[in-house]
Amino acid sequence: MKFRGKWGKSVAFLTVMIFVLGVFAAGCGGGGDTIKIGVNYELSGQVATYGTSCKNGVMLAFDEINKDGGVLGKEIEGLVQDNKSQNREARNVAEKLVSKGVVAVIGPATTGNVQAEEPVLTKSKIPLLATAATAPEVTYDEKNKKVRDYVFRVCIIDPDQSQVVSNYLHDELNLKNGAIMVDKNNDYSVGLGRTFKEFFTDKGGKIVAEEGFIDTDTVFKPQLTSIAAKKPDFIYIPAYYNQVGMVIKQARELDIDIPILGADGWDSPELVSLAGVNNLSQCYFTNHYSVEDPSERIQHFVKAYEEKHGTTPDAFAALGYDAGYLMAEAIKQAGEANPQKIKDAMANIKDFEGVTGKLSFDEKHNPIKEVSIIEMVDGKQKLITKMQPVH
Amino acid sequence: MQKKHLSVLIICLALGALFAIVQVGISNGMISGYWVTNLFLMGINIILAASLNLINGFTGEFSLGHAGFMAVGAYAGGVITTNLGLPFPLAIVVGMLAAAVAGVLVGLPTLRLRGDYLAIATLGFGEIVRVVLMNIDYVGGASGLKDIPDVVNWPIIFVSVVLSLLLIKNFVRSSHGRACLAVRENDLAAQMMGVNITYYKVLAFVVGAALAGLAGVLYAHYYTIIQPKEFSFLLTFDVLVMVMVGGLGSLTGSVVGAVLLTTASAFLQAIPELRMVIYALLLIISAIFRPQGLLGEKEVTLRTFQKLGGVFNATSGSKQTQ
Repeated sequence: MKFRGKWGKSVAFLTVMIFVLGVFAAGCGGGGDTIKIGVNYELSGQVATYGTSCKNGVMLAFDEINKDGGVLGKEIEGLVQDNKSQNREARNVAEKLVSKGVVAVIGPATTGNVQAEEPVLTKSKIPLLATAATAPEVTYDEKNKKVRDYVFRVCIIDPDQSQVVSNYLHDELNLKNGAIMVDKNNDYSVGLGRTFKEFFTDKGGKIVAEEGFIDTDTVFKPQLTSIAAKKPDFIYIPAYYNQVGMVIKQARELDIDIPILGADGWDSPELVSLAGVNNLSQCYFTNHYSVEDPSERIQHFVKAYEEKHGTTPDAFAALGYDAGYLMAEAIKQAGEANPQKIKDAMANIKDFEGVTGKLSFDEKHNPIKEVSIIEMVDGKQKLITKMQPVH
Repeated sequence: MQKKHLSVLIICLALGALFAIVQVGISNGMISGYWVTNLFLMGINIILAASLNLINGFTGEFSLGHAGFMAVGAYAGGVITTNLGLPFPLAIVVGMLAAAVAGVLVGLPTLRLRGDYLAIATLGFGEIVRVVLMNIDYVGGASGLKDIPDVVNWPIIFVSVVLSLLLIKNFVRSSHGRACLAVRENDLAAQMMGVNITYYKVLAFVVGAALAGLAGVLYAHYYTIIQPKEFSFLLTFDVLVMVMVGGLGSLTGSVVGAVLLTTASAFLQAIPELRMVIYALLLIISAIFRPQGLLGEKEVTLRTFQKLGGVFNATSGSKQTQ
């Protein structure tokens, strides 16, 4: 049969497209006697770097576990899916993973995507282990004052970071007058700024200036000048490294040489190139772990990750790695790969040794673990101390 | 007359059968949750694509503000059910009204602009909506509106899609729609013929915006969380691509485009590295071979099937003679 005219062409085109899709559909099969864990991450889109790091960490953990004989005599199979950093795709992926018969899901990395996925997994009674979703309401429904039974996370929550940094400022550095600068378009940044103010004023400190910027800004000197006029002892900037780098550089250009502090959003090699090595003196931030930490477990992880991916693992990779091992531990303690039992075992995890610290869950399914405080010295991250937040 | 009744009957039967099959499939679990999600997303995308087509395809106004209208609808509806605790049907009404009002507000001043300028102005509108929502704490600011009641089900989606398509189809076939088409073909000539071009441009804008608002309300009450960042111009482009692939000015084209691209996106989830490459490749192929879209300005109707049957008979007939 010959394709006739316009209609024939579009029919031909449709056939080709359907065929292309069909090939991919066929490639999605699989099976066997394994424990299936969904891995739902932001592998493309806005926060692809976070999701990709987390996924690499999770899969590295699964590889190591399987090499050591797996869990309960079975191999763990990580079903990796991309959610495009979109809420609707995160939910979509969760549905897909459920229909593929996973017993638990790890990911996504960010708060919004986890919240979009959560209703699906709660309805299907499948546990969800989030890696870097730091907002308190991820595991706790504040409206109904109820813990979300099936949701856990390996990362510390935002208030932990602001609590630790305010303790450090007040007790160790002895600074009393602070300024805060947040990214108004970013809930993470706004949330950290708010809780920091609460903790710091509770300790008897004073916030003398509060300024904001938005994520597309590139000039911060007006805000910095008005902060400088209030003569604070330090500036707290809980935002992402791409803006923070520019803020620090511009602050130092204005001869503002007081300490500048931040949170885990600073953790990127880019920070040094944006701010300049010399400008980063007296800069500190809180983080989930430090590559510099001499502990054997951390050094083993850093080496294994570097061998496999050729880059130094960031905190997201470390959290993913911990999530992988934590999941395996929960399955082991549950005694069988049953979602309900994994959930119960997960809630009872005590003193799990991860690279991001020793972890136990509190009653709201938030891990209680130490927060690392890191100082930038000659453009390198140096671990100053680790502090335990109080819940 | 009789023939017309017959075709209405056939269409009603076909729709009824589609509805019933899917409903039964969902109820007894034969269609997995994953495909239900994609089916619902398809429905929402169909409404979005068809309504954008009304503005861009039928009236010929190149608007890029669709994500903005959708956001207005989604947030207005979300506030009604989540913050005020009022019933869902009211959310639909308010969401559509709010989006329609936004349509008038944007339409009146900007429709004097043409082509690229209108595109830029409406793009700006979409971004304004997003930034404004980001700074209103009442709707959650940057972290968004959460825990919206999960009330959308298959009947609601199905009825919304069918009614939206029916509305657009009848609008296009009415004298208003003909006026819109005239505006698209040559607005100067249309004006000479006594068509009030501003009125019809705004009318198309308002209807399109209201339907985008409806899609927004459905979206909010299915995904239960909405964040300003979701309604960026990328969403508009996603919808625009559906319209383009399906065919500007073809309603059935929009349906085909929405279904095709939602399915493509679903299948590509497993290969994130190549996802955008393949997606883009599909678009390039479609732009090279069918620049006017799969259906161009044609519609798939019952008559098309009859014709297709005729072609098929003819070809098989010619084979026999060989």
